[in-house]
Amino acid sequence: MTPHFGLAEFGFLLRGLQWTVLLTLVAFAGGFTAGLAVALLRTCGHKGVEWITRIYIGIFQGTPLLLQLFVVYYGLALTGLKLDAFVAVAIGFTVNASAFLGEIWRGAIQAVPRGQTEAAMALGLHYSSRMRDIVLPQAIRISLPATIGYLVQLIKGTSLAAIVGFIELARAGQIVSNQTFQPLLVFGVVGAMYFILCWPLSWWGSRMEARLALASQR
Amino acid sequence: MGYTLDFSVVWHAMPALLWGCVGTLGLALAGMTLAMVIGVGGVAARDSTAAWLRAIVIGFVEIVRNTPFLVQIFFLFFALPLVGLKLNPTATAIIALGVNGGAYAIEIMRGGVQSIHKGQIEAGYALGLHKGQVFRFIVLKPALRAIYPSLTGQFIMLTLTSSICSAVSAYELTSVAQRIESDTFRSFEVYFSVTFLYLAISWLLMLGFAVISHRFFSYPTR
Repeated sequence: MTPHFGLAEFGFLLRGLQWTVLLTLVAFAGGFTAGLAVALLRTCGHKGVEWITRIYIGIFQGTPLLLQLFVVYYGLALTGLKLDAFVAVAIGFTVNASAFLGEIWRGAIQAVPRGQTEAAMALGLHYSSRMRDIVLPQAIRISLPATIGYLVQLIKGTSLAAIVGFIELARAGQIVSNQTFQPLLVFGVVGAMYFILCWPLSWWGSRMEARLALASQR
Repeated sequence: MGYTLDFSVVWHAMPALLWGCVGTLGLALAGMTLAMVIGVGGVAARDSTAAWLRAIVIGFVEIVRNTPFLVQIFFLFFALPLVGLKLNPTATAIIALGVNGGAYAIEIMRGGVQSIHKGQIEAGYALGLHKGQVFRFIVLKPALRAIYPSLTGQFIMLTLTSSICSAVSAYELTSVAQRIESDTFRSFEVYFSVTFLYLAISWLLMLGFAVISHRFFSYPTR
């Protein structure tokens, strides 16, 4: 007999939700670090390096996330390393995040007025101090709305891990839907869970954007 | 246990893959058209005087933008038959892409309409232009020009998103790739090559959008 959608099924979805959150956090942390490196290389002033990072970003922005996941997932399998499914998809999302966050922060670094860099150079600050103490703190402020926007994209994107078989929220939804034959209810609940996760972030991001726009008008 | 890459399977499957590209382009173009229709209708409803209509549009936009496309397409896949629309997977995918893209289009188009100052419309009438001329030259064209970069960027996103439609086995490039993969077991080679086919599709679209922009939206220089 087929089970109905009850507490046990809801609990299963909640465990899926935990994996979604964990996957997002790991990918965001990894993407944060790697993305910073991409952004710094993209603005380093060396023509060749800037071109390579530009191509790197262009490839990730011009191809579907799903295919990127497939390539990383099956590519890692070819290296002979026995990786857990979680590690494999986390690596996939991390590389994707590094390109998108790198591009967002590239824009933010370049949006910091040139005079700031020139003043720092006039004061005799080195590259590392110039970036750490002068440019990046201002760039972070500028990039915050877009960074939050990408975080929402990332949460939604982790649902694609379902297609390579990792059990997070969307895959848990598929499983429960197949067991209970109540697809509308199950995917409605799954959608609501994603919404509860994403909507406050979206709201926060657009509020911050409005504030920044107001601040730059003055 | 050496594994040698063998791309010949991809080469043999190239005709099927290229047809998959055609499928993806068709799916994407149909989705874009539907998204435009939903966008225009949504903008009109979003600024209507009826509060309930505005609430529906705002709710629709927020729900679509804050849930994954994969969940949306699964939901529609099971919901559409209940409202009497028994469609094949490809038609379902077009509706899902159109609904998803439409929500983003509403937001983008609204910004475009708001970018036209009322004074410009009044100036148009003062110059003796007809209502139709004012709409065409003072409202529509500048608004389209203002939203063109974000709208086309969103359309390229929509095209890349269409790969997810393989989850309901719509006819497009990724589902063709999945079939070839299950026949040949050359997962990496197939998906690696298909990724670059998508890159080519993106470039083709960007080129097309740039040509349209140059033809219709460049400022007259004479």
